[in-house]
Amino acid sequence: MIRLDHVSKSYEVGKPALEDVTIHIDPGEFVFIVGDSGSGKSTLIRLLLKELEPTKGKIYINGQDLKKVTHKKIPMYRRNVGVVFQNFRLLPDRNVYENVAFAMKVVESSNRDIKKKVPSILSMVGLAAKYRSRPSQLSGGEQQRVAIARALVNEPKIILADEPTGNLDSDNTWEIMKLLEEINQRGTTVLVVTHNMEIVRTMNKRVITIKKGVVVSDVGGDDYED
Amino acid sequence: MKISTHIYNIGQGLKNVWRNKMFSLASIATMTACIFLFGIFYSLGTNFQSMVKTAEEGVAVTVFFTEGTSQARIDEIGKEISKRPEVANYEFISAEQAWSDYQEEYFGDNPELAAGFADDNPLANSANYEIYLSDVAMQSTLVSYLEGLDGVRQVNKSEVAAKTLTDINQAITIVSMAIVIILLAVSIFLISNTVMVGISVRREEIAIMKLIGAKDAFVRQPFVVEGIFIGLIGSAIPLILLYFIYGRVIKYAASEFNFLSNMVTFIPVETIFKTLVPISLLLGIGIGWVGSRVTLHKHLRV
Ligand SMILES: Nc1ncnc2c1ncn2[C@@H]1O[C@H](COP(=O)(O)OP(=O)(O)OP(=O)(O)O)[C@@H](O)[C@H]1O
Ligand SMILES: [Mg+2]
Repeated sequence: MIRLDHVSKSYEVGKPALEDVTIHIDPGEFVFIVGDSGSGKSTLIRLLLKELEPTKGKIYINGQDLKKVTHKKIPMYRRNVGVVFQNFRLLPDRNVYENVAFAMKVVESSNRDIKKKVPSILSMVGLAAKYRSRPSQLSGGEQQRVAIARALVNEPKIILADEPTGNLDSDNTWEIMKLLEEINQRGTTVLVVTHNMEIVRTMNKRVITIKKGVVVSDVGGDDYED
Repeated sequence: MKISTHIYNIGQGLKNVWRNKMFSLASIATMTACIFLFGIFYSLGTNFQSMVKTAEEGVAVTVFFTEGTSQARIDEIGKEISKRPEVANYEFISAEQAWSDYQEEYFGDNPELAAGFADDNPLANSANYEIYLSDVAMQSTLVSYLEGLDGVRQVNKSEVAAKTLTDINQAITIVSMAIVIILLAVSIFLISNTVMVGISVRREEIAIMKLIGAKDAFVRQPFVVEGIFIGLIGSAIPLILLYFIYGRVIKYAASEFNFLSNMVTFIPVETIFKTLVPISLLLGIGIGWVGSRVTLHKHLRV
């Protein structure tokens, strides 16, 4: 499903943010990506979204070489990938409902589908009561849940979540994790970037550790120790 | 795209106009000035052209014949004239006809004054062709041709009238074209700036849209709507203004210069607007479309 073959990415010449990364992720897997700040986790996500091009190496998604996805086909490719951005990236001038509906508008869903889907996804992330609030009126955790709702609403085949629980208290964190696990069990491939070692240990999933742009360990849940 | 998507994007485009009030207003104002001037020139030009046309129909070249030219030769000359492309129509005026026209014009009320000439036509040698031109600008060509014909004694023309009419007409066209082109460029520039401001205000939104799978057309559409909307408003306002102003001006001109009334007739506002409305609206939409596309092309490399 996701395959990185000796991928390197340098923003500036000689200072690679990712170096010679080779990862295989099967369809339906749940994978944590951990690593210090600045180790290249977000860079990895941006490569998978084709927001960035690798400096070296190849990325395959569903057997398709990402390099060969033409400009015209990028939107269709991205519709299969739901992202939770590290800093949420909600639209400040729209309320919770509109922020989630926005993701469906963008992919040209019908108004009927939007009216059906958005409320159900909002109650799933526990924000049904706050659907009219602006992001500025929400706590960090609530904003994060809106971001997650937005990533889930189009039912993508792959979820890329960059620190989806960074601002949540432990109860909310578990809620979100359970949600992601549930979605994973329905067949969606889930990639979660996190700093939260407690979650990583408890969830017992595959963990890929990146250090200064290099994959230093890639182990199944049982073998992980930090 | 779905209709609901188009509707959504139109809404977004109108929101852009509103969020970006100052720039939108500046663009609308320039557009209004541009289309307004265009409308004025168009009205002036059309009216002037119709006056020139009326005048042209009245400008005649008169051909007189050498004494003793036979009627056969005169008929031949008539045939030659009829072959010229610049001739709209021509008429043979016999000496008798010329004399009776003259009497009617000068002794109209007192025919007895002319009685003294009864048997002795004082205009015996003034049989002529009166030639009306299809285009006054061609007058001098025709005249020199006519002067070269055998049996032609004299050709009378109204060089000044012809030249002035042609010159004024040309001047109006050139000046109006120049001003309209300059204003057109300014309008496109301003609309493109307005759209650019819209894009930079919404940079983050555009980035997110693209990352979650928006097609280029979807990203662009609101901005194109913004440009076209500004263009549309910017051409509707001057049309409404012109409608009222034009009506008043021709009413005023007709009453103030009624001594001209048989020479100058104004084209009614309805006739002018039949062409002016579609041209202006298309111009407005076109400017808006071009203005936004130019910017999108430059600043929205999606
Ligand atoms: N746009 C950019 N231009 C230049 N350098 C960048 C850019 N984005 C990231 N970097 C650099 O690339 C490296 C990896 O950054 P990245 O954002 O991938 O780290 P991260 O693992 O996501 O960190 P964090 O946990 O703090 O989010 C860092 O050294 C960062 O300074
Ligand atoms: Mg990061």
